[in-house]
Amino acid sequence: MTSGSWLADGPLFGLPLADIWFGLLFFIFAMFLFLDGFDFGVGALFATRADEHEREQFLASIGPFWDGNEVWLVVFGGALFAAFPAVYANLFSRHYLLMFAILGALIVRGLAPEMYEQRDDDRWKRWWGRAFVVGSITAPFFLGMFTANWLLGATTIVTLPGIIVGLAVVALTVVDGVAFLRLKTRGELREDLRADGYRALGAYLVLVVLTLGYVYAVVPDLKSALVSPLVLTLVVLTLVLAGVYAVATKRDRYYVAFGAAAGLVFALVSIVAALIYPTIDPVAGLTVDSAIVSTLPLNLMSIGAALLLPLIFLYFGVLYSAFSGPIDVEESY
Amino acid sequence: MVDPVFASRLQFALTTIVHIIFPVMSMGLAPFLIYFTWKDIRTGEAIYEQLRRFWTKIFAISFVVGTVTGIVLEFEFGTNFAAFSTTAGELFGGPLALEGMMAFMLEATFLGIFVFGRERVGNVLYMVSAVAVGVGTWLSAVWILIANSWMQTPRGYELISKNGQEVVTLVDPIAAYANPRFFWMFVHMQNAAVESVALVMTGLGAYYVFRHHVWGYSIRQIGFWEMTLKFGLIALVITAPLQVIHGDLYARHVFETQPQKFAAMEAIWETDSYVPEYIIAFPTSIEDILDPRAKDIFGIGIPGGASWLASGGDPQATIQGLEEFEGPQPPVAIVFWAFRIMVALGFWFILLAFWGAYRWWRGELLEDDLLHKALMASTPLGILAVELGWIVTEVGRQPWVIQGVMKTSAGVSPGLTSAEATTTLVGFAVVYLGLLALYLYVIARIVRAGPPEVADSGTTDHPSDSPAEVSVDD
Repeated sequence: MTSGSWLADGPLFGLPLADIWFGLLFFIFAMFLFLDGFDFGVGALFATRADEHEREQFLASIGPFWDGNEVWLVVFGGALFAAFPAVYANLFSRHYLLMFAILGALIVRGLAPEMYEQRDDDRWKRWWGRAFVVGSITAPFFLGMFTANWLLGATTIVTLPGIIVGLAVVALTVVDGVAFLRLKTRGELREDLRADGYRALGAYLVLVVLTLGYVYAVVPDLKSALVSPLVLTLVVLTLVLAGVYAVATKRDRYYVAFGAAAGLVFALVSIVAALIYPTIDPVAGLTVDSAIVSTLPLNLMSIGAALLLPLIFLYFGVLYSAFSGPIDVEESY
Repeated sequence: MVDPVFASRLQFALTTIVHIIFPVMSMGLAPFLIYFTWKDIRTGEAIYEQLRRFWTKIFAISFVVGTVTGIVLEFEFGTNFAAFSTTAGELFGGPLALEGMMAFMLEATFLGIFVFGRERVGNVLYMVSAVAVGVGTWLSAVWILIANSWMQTPRGYELISKNGQEVVTLVDPIAAYANPRFFWMFVHMQNAAVESVALVMTGLGAYYVFRHHVWGYSIRQIGFWEMTLKFGLIALVITAPLQVIHGDLYARHVFETQPQKFAAMEAIWETDSYVPEYIIAFPTSIEDILDPRAKDIFGIGIPGGASWLASGGDPQATIQGLEEFEGPQPPVAIVFWAFRIMVALGFWFILLAFWGAYRWWRGELLEDDLLHKALMASTPLGILAVELGWIVTEVGRQPWVIQGVMKTSAGVSPGLTSAEATTTLVGFAVVYLGLLALYLYVIARIVRAGPPEVADSGTTDHPSDSPAEVSVDD
């Protein structure tokens, strides 16, 4: 007896499931980069504050959220494994050391705030504070390098576009982090953060232009994809969102700025997705259609994702609404 | 430089052996925290708020360390076992993805409310959060064990050729995922997690009870530690006997489905019937330890015992010896001794449970210093038993990564160099030992700081002999 035979006959409702999963994967990655991105940004901005009360506020602002945010990366790994196992295997084994650099940075970033709170002496707090900053900056930097290497098919770890994209992602997380912190803090600190937002936004735009210029000039394979209407639209969208972010930050429209930061993240990830499609791992010669799992497991996964994703959004809604508004540093256990 | 195959195996062993400690703590604590939260909300008694808040701290730090070490595992199949991932991904990736979406998301989001949100949300949502976190931790185990049980007893698949490689394709999801092995693994693992946490609780409780009642030191909040000891003991009395009972049924299932692993567990080389079970195996030489052969080891055996256990009641039953299986054998010494020590610990926990229950019944729980010492010494032994059990499961399956389908050596990433593999192996050895040391340091600090001071906001009247008020002579 083959219990799932009717599910093996063809894709569910005749949907283009391979393409849907390609899109879903990048969506999951963008969710991760947006949500954990502001955690990273808060970590980077932590370095700019010497006042203990302000530092505590930074840590308290992400305390209830970061673990859930990071799970989007776990889901990205699992979904890539389930939908495109050959890509999961090729990509991660090829970027072996870079993968572990990312994981190492995430370990340091996750552990440091917990450790920081454990003791009151200065040296302990200084070192865990530094660890938090270093983890929060290197994690998105390595992720950016990884993404550039994936897209451009680099097989060495350190490449020029890798470094540029890495820095761009770091700048983007700071843009994101400022928008988030301005929702969570009040008073002078909130005013001070505005300038950090402008600086990070400026740096991000410069780095994005550099990246696109590099791709246009040096990577002939991607040149035509780069000037396709979709990618050009996304580039224009990035500029518009940057403008919205700047104006909203100036006029203290906090939620608008936060929304614009989210838009910037989704635009960047969409650009990467648009450039890489219809391949999914150019170095290994894998395309979306050749790397997708067979129909039966794909249908099962699609049903699972369709049922679970709305629930996941519900959980995040409950969590974020429970902790809406300014954070109180005293809140714990 | 270490050979990439060996380095990858060692690294996976190291990263899983360290990681499993934290899920054991969170899965084991989950039922206690649900109960403490419920009682705290319903009665408002200070003791339950203390129990909830204290153990939530331990839960939270375990969860964080479990998250960061768990993400490594999510990616390590790809980095180090790319050939396995390509071959088995179609069956193996799905459960991992569903674990993330169904379990981990539930757990990680509601944990934020459970840990930080007591003042922000109402009783109902707080209770829901406690349950969601607990259910999330257990659902995680469901999907991970579904994936693992398929590697032990693969079913519901066919081998096909795809992009020039032989890969597994799913043909019958119910056969593949509703694997009989899954049931035994899940029952044995979850019960073990609760039992391990029960031992941590009795061990810590006994430490303070011993110092207070035996040595006469004044301990702040001694009532809290007495309750911790008692809750741990209740859980131990329930879980310890069950663990051995379904452990036995699980072993029978292994005998039926993985005869080579079973032979390694018993170190039986020649096929035989009426095989004795050595309840005490005493090595008399280095040989016995490194290359155990049941027939040669000095031990006290029950005639026909192993046959009887394996077959479920027939002392004449034939057990296939290792010599019947072609090719390399699992490392018998590791499997044989890990299994024996695990079983011995299982019986020791039953003894502890009944000893403690008897003293409690006689009203001597707080006075028996030998019992206190035994409980203190056993604090980490539940977790040790879990580690040994997993060593039996995973090492006993060797040389296969998927039993009978793919050898472990064939599953390693083909492009991996010794330099890369050695670098990360050394890195993990350093980082994970540091991580473990930090975790223990933080737990020790939380324990030393003791439970938070809480004013009793009890809404219901309780008799004054309730243990919460026994307390406090400082």
